[in-house]
Amino acid sequence: MSLLQKQLKEIHNLIKKRDISARDLVQESIARIEEVDQKVQAFLTLDVEGAKKKAEKLDEWLKESGSTKLLTALPMGIKDNICTEGVRTTCASKQLANYQPIYDGTVVKKLNQAQAIMMGKLNMDEFAMGSSTENSSFHLTYNPWDLKRVPGGSSGGSAAAVAAGEVYFALGSDTGGSIRQPAAYCGVVGLKPTYGRVSRYGLVAYASSLDQIGPITKNVEDAAYVLQAIAGYDPQDSTSAQVEVPDYVRGLTGDIRGLKIAVPKEMMGEGIEEGVRAQVQAALKQLEKLGAMVEEVSLPHVEYAIATYYLLSPAEASSNLARFDGVRYGVREQGQNLLEMYEETRSKGFGPEVKRRIMLGTYALSSGYYDAYYLKAQKVRTLIRQDFEQIFADYDVIVGPTTPTVAFEIGSQVDDLLTLYANDVCTIPVNLAGLPAISVPCGRSEGLPVGLQVIGKAFDEETILRVAHAYEESTESIGTPDLGGVSQ
Amino acid sequence: MSISKEQVEHIAALARLRLTTEERDQFTIQLNQILQYAEKLNELETDHIEPTSHIDPMSNVMREDKVQPSLPREKALLNAPDHQDGMFKVPAVFEE
Repeated sequence: MSLLQKQLKEIHNLIKKRDISARDLVQESIARIEEVDQKVQAFLTLDVEGAKKKAEKLDEWLKESGSTKLLTALPMGIKDNICTEGVRTTCASKQLANYQPIYDGTVVKKLNQAQAIMMGKLNMDEFAMGSSTENSSFHLTYNPWDLKRVPGGSSGGSAAAVAAGEVYFALGSDTGGSIRQPAAYCGVVGLKPTYGRVSRYGLVAYASSLDQIGPITKNVEDAAYVLQAIAGYDPQDSTSAQVEVPDYVRGLTGDIRGLKIAVPKEMMGEGIEEGVRAQVQAALKQLEKLGAMVEEVSLPHVEYAIATYYLLSPAEASSNLARFDGVRYGVREQGQNLLEMYEETRSKGFGPEVKRRIMLGTYALSSGYYDAYYLKAQKVRTLIRQDFEQIFADYDVIVGPTTPTVAFEIGSQVDDLLTLYANDVCTIPVNLAGLPAISVPCGRSEGLPVGLQVIGKAFDEETILRVAHAYEESTESIGTPDLGGVSQ
Repeated sequence: MSISKEQVEHIAALARLRLTTEERDQFTIQLNQILQYAEKLNELETDHIEPTSHIDPMSNVMREDKVQPSLPREKALLNAPDHQDGMFKVPAVFEE
């Protein structure tokens, strides 16, 4: 068995006792990447030399001082919209093909302090806009469970790299489901923290009122460890919350007796594939067996969530992406004058989905339409938020499927925008309400992983982790995809 | 409400995008599709509902007005497509 398949605590003990070195772990990751990444294509940029150097330095330092941390020497991958000093950060856009950040995002700084080692940057939909990673301007990423299928998106590279065992864990970002949906499609764990829980400093903004960084891991416990390392107030992000960070791992007691679980009928109805629904229902039975109380509820306004999201997020994006004008960074296209240079740069640099959302957002914010679209959507956002508040007055968590279907085939949905957008029906409402949610593998349908979503109260990541962990511990693992190779 | 090709061109100009004819035609169809779907929101009466622009009710986040080190100029210019004398350089704004 590869070192990277071992439990985090086991690896930590081996490192602590000096039975293995940081170099060993990095070497395992490199070997696995060489073995499978040609098939999966999770990475946009590899930093093998950087990782080796860091491992050597770390080993030297460990020899002298001896103090290790829980994430010490774990090989990680970072989604390519999170700034890494000196390592190309492209957002999977031609616009930023040459962009070398001059600073680390706060989450990267924190993980470096925790002594994790970055192997490289992971593929995604351009500027995080998409649900399949097909919108990357560079190449596709393939689902490790079935290479004909998408890994999900927008953090498709992050989920695929973890599922394929190329890195121990990864970071993604989630604006409308972009951590949870690919985690579900790739059979791994993905956690979107409460808005404000994790600093967004150094995350290239898509929709600032919705974006949040979070971990993608092999299991729930690892998600707790990684969240622990990245959570907390950051003066560099004025929207980051000054709320105390609890000990997430200590909260994983396995005990969910008496817990009140709400299951929204809107997330279990038509549109949810039969195979997915069956697995989620089995999971709910399991949670009942563990002593939780399960009841059906209604979130009457979630049916408006997709329409709300596809007005608000493009509006914010059109404003955020105005900065890509070829002046301070990125790829500049030549023009006769300044205006022409702007237009050339933006027209050649952005792909079709990004342009579409910039157009839609510009329209929704433009004079005469602001009230009808943008303001209206903000008001409906209030109604959606209130739906959740009402449920959480009586229940501890909300549970349902993460996605209506399993991973779809590459190319199968590109022409049908509204169907593609409907993939996010279970995840988008959570971002609109700013709540934390986790996707944990819950069986398979047609051989492909299904995701169970557990949504919590604001800043109560502890409870969703506890529920997901109790479920995971009491059920059989879905296993790992067979990609061949010796390190499997 | 439906959106015309001319409006799509106007929006593109506002967004500093230059569209090909095919792009313009395609976006006209697709934006209409999405906006038509968004009409769904009009089923809801929202006259007395406060808008949510942001999930956290925080406002005016301040810090102490203390001088702190800032980005050195050379670093800020590292990614610049063009620069001169410590400044970002762009094509002429005004015609001669």
